[in-house]
Amino acid sequence: MNFIKLVSIRNFSSSRNIPRVCIVGAGPAGFYAAMHITKNLPAVNVDIIEKLPVPFGLIRYGVAPDHPEVKNVINQFTKVAQQPNVNFYGNVTLGKDIRISQLRQHYDAVLLTYGAEEDKTLGIENEEADNIVAARRFVGWYNGLPSDKDLKIDLSGDTAAILGQGNVALDVARILLTPINELKSTDITDHALNALAESKIKEVYLIGRRGPLQVAFTIKELREQLKLSNCQTVWRNQDFEGVENMINDLPRPRKRLTELMLKSLNEYKSIPIHNDNKLFKPIFFRAPKKILVNSHKKITGIDLICNELQGNKLEEQKCVATANTEILNCSLAFRSIGYKCVKADDEIVFNSNGLVENSKGIVDNNSNTLAKLYVAGWLGTGPIGVILHTMGNAFQVAKVMCDDLKNKDCFTDKGGFEEIKKNYIKNSSPIVNWEGWERIDKYEIEQGKLRNKPREKVCSIEKMIDIAII
Amino acid sequence: MFAIKRILTTYNLKSVRIKTPLPVKQIHLTSGLWHGEYEWKDPKSEDEVVNVVYIDKNGERVNVRGKVGDNVLYLAHRYGIEMEGACEASLACTTCHVYVNYEHLDKLPPSEEKEDDLLDMAPFLKENSRLGCQIVLTKELEGIELTLPKATRNFYVDGHKPTPH
Repeated sequence: MNFIKLVSIRNFSSSRNIPRVCIVGAGPAGFYAAMHITKNLPAVNVDIIEKLPVPFGLIRYGVAPDHPEVKNVINQFTKVAQQPNVNFYGNVTLGKDIRISQLRQHYDAVLLTYGAEEDKTLGIENEEADNIVAARRFVGWYNGLPSDKDLKIDLSGDTAAILGQGNVALDVARILLTPINELKSTDITDHALNALAESKIKEVYLIGRRGPLQVAFTIKELREQLKLSNCQTVWRNQDFEGVENMINDLPRPRKRLTELMLKSLNEYKSIPIHNDNKLFKPIFFRAPKKILVNSHKKITGIDLICNELQGNKLEEQKCVATANTEILNCSLAFRSIGYKCVKADDEIVFNSNGLVENSKGIVDNNSNTLAKLYVAGWLGTGPIGVILHTMGNAFQVAKVMCDDLKNKDCFTDKGGFEEIKKNYIKNSSPIVNWEGWERIDKYEIEQGKLRNKPREKVCSIEKMIDIAII
Repeated sequence: MFAIKRILTTYNLKSVRIKTPLPVKQIHLTSGLWHGEYEWKDPKSEDEVVNVVYIDKNGERVNVRGKVGDNVLYLAHRYGIEMEGACEASLACTTCHVYVNYEHLDKLPPSEEKEDDLLDMAPFLKENSRLGCQIVLTKELEGIELTLPKATRNFYVDGHKPTPH
């Protein structure tokens, strides 16, 4: 008889009994949570609010333009958003337009999924010098993130150094080293394409403070880099001392990755360097000590500390600084050592790791009057992992939310976004709904067609709003 | 009466674990976002039928009548089994990670390098791990059992460390 009960809820209950869920941040964590919640609760209203006028977060602004397949997930997210009980409200900023306590007053559950939007800094001398670029901003620049569209970057020198050895570092290297013709047909923004077409960068260093067995990038990304046309990889032999002996004891992912590096190292030894080729040069056991600058405060190189591994067993090995240093000359450097989360609203409490403290996604359960607060995605787990991990976490947290909401008596209508809009949001800040995004989407695809690209992104918030609001 | 019956049926289908296919219209919202059309066709004859057992995240066994040529990712979608496919079978993610029972594992074509690269990112990678989107049914695969990885409580207590992005 269960289904009769369900049908009666659906047909005869008034809307005030339907729980209202607010998700802050329209990236993958937010959409996967919305997907799970709408699939698993018979009746629910989900509002997704987003700082930008456009959805999809890092799928749109993080995934590299030459990885269009990864962006296919947008199709699923679009299906989620097109459900009648899901609303998208773009151009609404938490901490500026609305406060968390206001959301918690007007919803039955509030989920924070706004991710990690700043980059970690090195804290070394001259870090603010000219042509030291946060990898995060470079990614935003080539992907058309409005706040990064005017990034100043000088690509006229021949050597660039990337500090960090994660997948973002490899994305940056690949974009710098890919023949420009291969980028032309992607959705890379025109301003980046034009600048990269003029680029004189010939050598890209990828600098890690630890060894080949500790790299953070994954095998798919390395393989792509190794297969890049007109580009050769140059390893340093001494970095791989003893690595071969360790290989059999490694877990499969680390083993396959290390085998690929060793294979490439052996190939590099046997193939002469072709003069016209660009060079990709990973170097290990080097940590930046300070940035070297000229009289105009522009980078001329990096002073690197030489590290060494101590300890015999892999798990116990530690990387320690030696007294030796080495200078790497370069005219451009990227900082790619990870992201960090920001406090969008000062009501948010961070733990010592710079994340929203939570237990299975539940942030705060102490209020009788305010809705429960949850967190999912990088804001709760830390800025780490690929979409699979964000999906898993979002599903887990959404499941907790569904269980809570099933047991919650939603006797009073909290009002949801209607109330929020009426009481708190100023008229000066137009809200972009899903139809508004569809207009932007259509415009971008049309603009892309003119250039033989899948889309040409609109990079100004004002223009996005112009297109969205009719 | 007919109308009520219809509501009941669709509702039932949506909320309960089922062995019959989902009605097409529930899934097919927008043209152009449509994948796996082939899997939505019923087998033409018994000769084509390949029975598949999905074992979901809660350990529940779901028997599904597939057919030769079906991609098990899209077949799962047709039967409401929660196997994700973020990149739409373009070998760019690991969201359709499954374990294949050992009796059938050897009957599958060996995994490509790219599939192995992606599997390396899967939490709880095992020897019988494969990507669902790379498994296409043949008669030989009759009775294949596909287990979805159990949902983990939290990455950071189960010992798995996701690789940095």
